[in-house]
Amino acid sequence: MKKVVVIGNGMVGYKFCEKFVASENYSDFQLTVFGEEPRRAYDRVHLSEYYAGKTEEDLSMSSATWYKEHHIDLHISEMITEINREEKTVANHRGEKYAYDYLILATGSSAFVPPIPGVEKEGVFVYRTIEDLEAIAAYTKKLKSEGKTQAAVLGGGLLGLEAANAVKELGLDAHVVEFAPRLMPRQLDQGGSDMLQAKIEELGLEVHLNKQTEYIKGEKAIEGLKYIDGTELDVDMLVISAGIRPRDELAKECQLETGIRGGVIVDNTMKTSDDNIFAIGEVALYNNMIYGLVAPGYDMADVAVSHITSDTKKYMADHIDMSTQLKLIGTEVASFGDALSENEDIDTIVYENKRKGVYKRINVSQDGTHLLGGILVGDSSDYNALFQIYNTAMALPENPEDLILGSRGGDGDSLLGDVMDLPDDAQICSCESVSKGAICGAIQDGSCNDLGDVISCTKAGTGCGGCKPMVKDLVDATLKSLGKEVKDTICEHFEYNRQELYDIIKLKGYRKYDEVLDHIGKGDGCETCKPVIASIMASIYADTANEEAPIQDSNDRFLANIQRNGTYSVVPRIPGGEITPEKLIVLGEVGKKYELYTKITGGQRVDFFGARLDQLPKIWKDLIDHGFESGHAYGKSLRTIKSCVGSTWCRYGMDESVSFAIELEERYKGLRSPHKLKGGVSGCIRECAEARCKDFGVIAVEGGWNLYVCGNGGANPKHAELLAEQIDNETVIKYLDRFLMFYIRTAAPLQRTAKWLDKLEGGIEYLKQVVIEDSLSLAEDLEKEMSGLVGSFQCEWTQAIQDEEIMKRFNHFVNSEETDDNLVFVPLRDQKMPEPWK
Amino acid sequence: MEEILEIYKTTTVNEVAVWFKAAKVSDFPKNGGACIKYNNKQIAVFNFERKQEWYACQNVCPHKMEMVLSRGMIGDQGGVPKVACPMHKKTFSLESGENLNGDLEPIATYPVKIEDGFVYIGFSE
Repeated sequence: MKKVVVIGNGMVGYKFCEKFVASENYSDFQLTVFGEEPRRAYDRVHLSEYYAGKTEEDLSMSSATWYKEHHIDLHISEMITEINREEKTVANHRGEKYAYDYLILATGSSAFVPPIPGVEKEGVFVYRTIEDLEAIAAYTKKLKSEGKTQAAVLGGGLLGLEAANAVKELGLDAHVVEFAPRLMPRQLDQGGSDMLQAKIEELGLEVHLNKQTEYIKGEKAIEGLKYIDGTELDVDMLVISAGIRPRDELAKECQLETGIRGGVIVDNTMKTSDDNIFAIGEVALYNNMIYGLVAPGYDMADVAVSHITSDTKKYMADHIDMSTQLKLIGTEVASFGDALSENEDIDTIVYENKRKGVYKRINVSQDGTHLLGGILVGDSSDYNALFQIYNTAMALPENPEDLILGSRGGDGDSLLGDVMDLPDDAQICSCESVSKGAICGAIQDGSCNDLGDVISCTKAGTGCGGCKPMVKDLVDATLKSLGKEVKDTICEHFEYNRQELYDIIKLKGYRKYDEVLDHIGKGDGCETCKPVIASIMASIYADTANEEAPIQDSNDRFLANIQRNGTYSVVPRIPGGEITPEKLIVLGEVGKKYELYTKITGGQRVDFFGARLDQLPKIWKDLIDHGFESGHAYGKSLRTIKSCVGSTWCRYGMDESVSFAIELEERYKGLRSPHKLKGGVSGCIRECAEARCKDFGVIAVEGGWNLYVCGNGGANPKHAELLAEQIDNETVIKYLDRFLMFYIRTAAPLQRTAKWLDKLEGGIEYLKQVVIEDSLSLAEDLEKEMSGLVGSFQCEWTQAIQDEEIMKRFNHFVNSEETDDNLVFVPLRDQKMPEPWK
Repeated sequence: MEEILEIYKTTTVNEVAVWFKAAKVSDFPKNGGACIKYNNKQIAVFNFERKQEWYACQNVCPHKMEMVLSRGMIGDQGGVPKVACPMHKKTFSLESGENLNGDLEPIATYPVKIEDGFVYIGFSE
């Protein structure tokens, strides 16, 4: 068995392992991996999300047991300090030796710290690892306690902007300091940089271009930057992100060939000057270049694996594509091909829309036949199509400007025409190197049946995710070509999904279930479609559950939650969980009077159990007489909005979370939706209201509220994701109106918001576009619909006890005053419970 | 608990000995169910107006022995009229009593007739 040793457990090191264990001859090898960081490889590309609440585990590239499952001997917190090429061994910091047949250097890079006087001062950091982030966060806390908030990031490149975003996430005032006259100088031209600058300055960041730092001011700790032009910037912290430096120390010590400015020289098989040693990722110097992107690093891993394990050798391409598409500080940025060159062989076409904050540029060959490269800022939705046109050298339309302007007066078809026209070797996912042929083939050969299958088996779309829309189009088109189109109809009675039903019912104005069934359905309906249509009509017409009772879900029909023995539980609304002692006494009296088992719920309310059907109206009459109303605990509708006491009482509170929770609960109470909805409002980031476990959560921060959406507890807990930050009360309500209505309109039956977001093409970023940027021009409609619903709220229990016809529903027998004699209760801790099921 | 089930036996029209006058037609919701009491029996009665049919069956769901079927939603599966138990959505044919989405014991069904605005359920005893 041959021994393969990998030094470095970063993203590329991990990818090597992944490709290695997938290779056919894997069982002939023993793989040993050394990582000097104290944790398994994690996603460095999305490092700033660590501050937005992602955990180490979320960022981790693999599960805890992955290495073990694949018989990989992983040593973390273990640094290799020596390579002995003659003995073919490596030694760690404790002097323990490990033999190898093949050695992989995947040591990556470290942050480049320019030799500016003062970089050693307290408060100067680099931005590279989770430890760096933790140190920055700890220092930020200290600064804030001293009332200091100014932080600079040195470097306006990709990583620098990512770092600036992280600093901003921490609640500091971020300054970006760049030596070049523009941001992202490697990817953007002046026009693109100007647009990006305008967009990020809108979000409160300050950009300082053309600034070369002479020295760092301050005694012990940093107090500011002094520039060579004589000007200064006072800051309390500096994060350096001025480029990377390959970690080639080990290679140099054992006399492998390295470049003048660092990096281990490799050929197109990733071999170094020693045939048994490979270098991959940011430590490898290929074509005299260090490639600081993940995609080429992954390709290198793949190439190296093939030369060790396989007869089918792969080779690194001569030209490495450095195209990127990403979101920086809320702004979409993409660049591909040769975007920056300007000469007589190239025609440049530029579109700039300052009002919308969009800048697009393409370089086209002078004969107008080929796309050479381009830049997209503010809207990169055309990136995938443009990249394919560029990468596969497709012929351009007659007017190449149509590529960025859209064909005017046309039918709005995609730029590419049909995705299926792409050649089979067109690379769709550049992070994972997945071609169109691989995606379509996975379906054609029967191994995959849907998008989810394709993603898990080809890994397409699992990197940056930018190609997902195109992967979906390919999957859909392939399925269709095989006649395998699957329609997600709600049940056998309707050929539509919920969203289609919603649209049709609204358009046609149907008011009765039978009307819908007669016009667009068949048969006599069932327990699946009836409640769905009841819910849709409730959302459109603000109906309560008393409208057409027999089509309501059983709990809605009886306005209570059926429990184990067929009795019901009763939950009055206690908005925000705030209740006076007088009302609490009323609840106690009611519980006592009807001998109900009483418990406090997780949503800060009181739940009474064991009410017989015939008791429900009597209990509710008592509750309503004392000022209570339905809590809709039985409905697929807004349940509760949990709150912590917030600044009213709490010494840490940043805002009045209880007041806001009550306002939100009063606004959305009774709102019926595809599934239950829960909310939470916390007065500070300690998050005592557990708002991020809710469908929507609002958390007070410096300067406003952060709004999170699409979380839930339950069987598959999921934290809500950040939709907008530092917004005021009115904006929270505006976004919530839009978000909730959009969910209500488009979700599948019984699909909670988290699952809905999972399935939403484009995920949270797309949701932000719809809700915040109004990309579908729906916002006004959504708000109008919501205000209609909010304005027509009625307590359905008040409605019920005032209507004799409705009251008939609550008799156990229609021909007798008797009650259900089948009920048996047994005592439990001074209360009662139903006799256990046998 | 299974002894509860023993008092419910499917009855065909030919076996009816007693037509029990249960309640007025208007006491039953349209396209929904309600429960009637006959001696020690609880019977779920459904006015399936859409099909112009009435159905009756035991009120107890054989899954967990709770008296709840009359509170279930009705509909059809491939044309077979059915009721879905409100507890765990077990569905039963209103004609044969068969459990359509599982292998529970069938439920007992009873004939229904309507005369002069009243609903009668047929029992063999």
